[in-house]
Amino acid sequence: MTLTYDQAVIKYEPTLGLEVHVELNTKSKMFCGCATEFGAEPNTQTCPICLGLPGALPVVNGRAIESSILIGLALNCQIAPFSRFARKNYFYPDMPKNFQTSQYDEPICVNGYLDVEIDTDEGKMPFRVEIERVHMEEDTGKSLHVGGETGRIHGADYSLLDYNRAGIPLVEIVTKIIPGAKKYAPQVARAYVTELRDILRSLGVSDVKMEQGSMRCDVNLSLALAGSGALGTRSETKNVNSLRSVERAVIGEVIRQSNRLETGERIIQETRHFLEESGQTRPGRSKEQAEDYRYFPEPDLVPVVPDTAWIETLRGQLPERPSARRKRLQAEWSVPDKEMDSLVNSELLDVVEETISLGAEPARARSWWLGEVSRLANEREVAPTSLITAASVAEVIVLIESGELTDKLARQVIEGVIAGEGSAKEVIEKRGLKVVSDDGALMKAIESAIAASPDTAQRVRSGNIPAAGALIGAVMKSTGGQADAAKVRELLLKHLGQG
Amino acid sequence: MTNIHSTAAQMSDALSAGTITSVELTEQHLDQITKVDKQVHAFLHVDRENALAQARDVDAKRKSGQKLSALAGVPLALKDVLAQKGVPTTCGSKMLEGWRPPYDSTVVAKLKQAGVVILGKTNMDEFAMGSSTENSAYGPTHNPWDLTRIPGGSGGGSAAALASFEAPLAIGTDTGGSIRQPAAVTGTVGVKPTYGAVSRYGLVAFSSSLDQAGPCARTVLDTALLHEVIAGYDQMDSTSINAPVPQVVAAAKKLDVKGLKIGVVKELSGQGYQSGVLQRFNEALDELVKAGAEIVEVSCPNFEYALAAYYLIAPSEASSNLARFDSMRYGLRVGDDGKASAEEVMNLTRHEGFGAEVKRRIILGTYALSSGYYDAYYGSAQKVRTLLIRDYQAAFAKADVLVSPTCPTTAFKLGENVDNPVAMYLNDIATIPVNMAGIGAMSLPCGLAPEDGLPVGFQIMSPAMKDDLMYQVGGTLEAALVNKWGKTLLSDIPVLAGK
Repeated sequence: MTLTYDQAVIKYEPTLGLEVHVELNTKSKMFCGCATEFGAEPNTQTCPICLGLPGALPVVNGRAIESSILIGLALNCQIAPFSRFARKNYFYPDMPKNFQTSQYDEPICVNGYLDVEIDTDEGKMPFRVEIERVHMEEDTGKSLHVGGETGRIHGADYSLLDYNRAGIPLVEIVTKIIPGAKKYAPQVARAYVTELRDILRSLGVSDVKMEQGSMRCDVNLSLALAGSGALGTRSETKNVNSLRSVERAVIGEVIRQSNRLETGERIIQETRHFLEESGQTRPGRSKEQAEDYRYFPEPDLVPVVPDTAWIETLRGQLPERPSARRKRLQAEWSVPDKEMDSLVNSELLDVVEETISLGAEPARARSWWLGEVSRLANEREVAPTSLITAASVAEVIVLIESGELTDKLARQVIEGVIAGEGSAKEVIEKRGLKVVSDDGALMKAIESAIAASPDTAQRVRSGNIPAAGALIGAVMKSTGGQADAAKVRELLLKHLGQG
Repeated sequence: MTNIHSTAAQMSDALSAGTITSVELTEQHLDQITKVDKQVHAFLHVDRENALAQARDVDAKRKSGQKLSALAGVPLALKDVLAQKGVPTTCGSKMLEGWRPPYDSTVVAKLKQAGVVILGKTNMDEFAMGSSTENSAYGPTHNPWDLTRIPGGSGGGSAAALASFEAPLAIGTDTGGSIRQPAAVTGTVGVKPTYGAVSRYGLVAFSSSLDQAGPCARTVLDTALLHEVIAGYDQMDSTSINAPVPQVVAAAKKLDVKGLKIGVVKELSGQGYQSGVLQRFNEALDELVKAGAEIVEVSCPNFEYALAAYYLIAPSEASSNLARFDSMRYGLRVGDDGKASAEEVMNLTRHEGFGAEVKRRIILGTYALSSGYYDAYYGSAQKVRTLLIRDYQAAFAKADVLVSPTCPTTAFKLGENVDNPVAMYLNDIATIPVNMAGIGAMSLPCGLAPEDGLPVGFQIMSPAMKDDLMYQVGGTLEAALVNKWGKTLLSDIPVLAGK
């Protein structure tokens, strides 16, 4: 009989470990001045240093160190007063020097933690993930194996190498082993990676785009019999490339490993690859005969010895933690959980906050950004924030609130702003989108509406107030939506003796 | 009249006075190379056209009244381990046959900036591993004093070029004695500056924490003039010293050692040293005493571990530094028949491209860094290094400079030690501690050994960043000896007939 996930986590306790690689968004590479822009022509962003030409030497990018320290501080780590780079030696065609310059046993940040919140059967619960270290390293080049069936180097007809990526600064954030998550291990993994992504984004140190590979997660997982206190053999699932996949990879590995254990098979310590379609993993290279990387301190670089005053300055620059900020804003704006989640997921939190700070009412700011602006952005397949500024949206909302625009008119104003017709005020001016609230003009429209539907008017006169709706609608229609609906209602009811 | 037997300082004066042009001077040296290099084989590549173009350029600048540096227009021989843009750079290895660097090393950039005329690239032990140039893939260099003997190594080509008057100046690199031992056995002067005094950018690495480029010439003053051209902070080399270059030219001209304490290192003489070497060394000490120096004996008890520790650290770093020579990007490629895998091509290329000594050291270093052996070998060797630094600190507390014979013997016969690597390694017993501690040292001639009529080298070691002290003592000793002999040592060198 095969165990389901729910059955597996009753019998076995999962222990997690998460390694997250983040590409820093520095302008130049880790050890040379080459540009780091994504998607350039192959091998155009290279120099003797990142190509590892004989004689070339590395020099550490100061901005990368600053970013790493910021990450460490945000993760409550100790910043090492002395840290070093080492050489990790192995051969591969896309490794220009056949060693990777990486921090090893003397990383820049150690011993931190990150508190996350997970959804449980008993509601939201806090969970602390302990951080072992944050270290810096350089990325390798990229190989493209052409021909062959697997797309891997073995069996390929030939390989193409692009060294643009070689030397891009990477930071690796490694957790300590995470026990005690029990059946919530998938949620813990996802919550941790999500929170980490948000923090890194708020620090502005990385694009953190999992789909583009600027943030990649390796999921380590082992199982032990519940209550045994033992630690099982782990597998390492590589390059899990979305938040949802992180959760699915944990579930997939719990099911796979528990079923192996059930049939008396042992878990092999190995690297596995996550399969997006099935949510399962397939074996990669076995780590049983552990590769010997022959690490030793990089003699071409001096140790990193950050100034204490500098570290404190950076600590002072840390932004509000994203989860705390979300909680604060949610309370300030009185937003229900679900709506807050969709706001966060849509990545519109910043712009909505800005819109509100410019005078817009919170509920309107949310609904305009999530509604109309997002709809227009989807049509054009661009980000909402690239279409229109918070200032323009705030201006429109303020005009709605003061009764100078109806929702319908406001939509036209926003369209005009997006079309480049000028500011909200200018669009209103040019298109003549003022709300008609002149009594004389409105009365004319009301009288023609009554004349067109005398029966309806009669029903209103005899006390059927809801019937007025049809007449109001007719007036709005005849004024092209520019009438102030409240005003129309007031005048109409008064005219029919119900005011 | 200036000729190829003049010193670089004399050539500089003649160029300034206009009694000779750089083109004439360069042609004289190119003619000498044509005449004698078939016998000596100091050069791997003679860069006639570029040298003459550089000389013409300097002459034109001088004619137009531009202010030029002291060595502008003076020719120089460059060890083939330094990258020079567009000029073959082989490091004495088949592995780099045909490689033309796309960039200049910092040393070369500084030489060009100073108008020094680069005649070509000199022979060396493959990747600077050796003490005789017999490990060059392009055949050995012969000692101009006796063509059946070794010119020292690894920089035998540079030293032999000086001794055979093919160039008045040369650049060497010194990892364990590769500047000083060739200087000693050819009767020339060679300086290994303090580690970090001369940029390593563009110096093809053998052992990064030990390698140091330095000046070579036939007099102490010429060496000092060249020292001031190539030394100085370089932001392309993280290990470069960010401090003013000591005034070595002024020190070389001081000719005064009154009140200086000269420490004779007890462990670097006696058993294993040729009697004629010790005799000439002691006679030189007498000259220093006559000049007013005080001689003290110092003990460096840990020097006996220096050689063993060196042969763990240097090969360890080399095994990693030489990993990049894998045929994927530049240099030799063997066995790429369209069917062989990348790994097979790497294997075949490295099998054919590296010589026996290089392979020996790669294997030694790979072993020393392997997991399980690291602490016992590389780790212990690093501890020895710390002990050596302490030995020097204690010794320099008692003496301003330390002295010893540069090598235990005079030049041995070509082929004599080829099958006995340990005997070969022992030749560097007195020079290696200097590299391990990162201090500066010089070798200058102190006579011919009575038993074989071959040059003996006198080594002067100065504390880190006090390179001026060895120049002061060296300049004084040289003047005293020349005065005593009534001629320079090299005036006794047999005249090469030419073929």
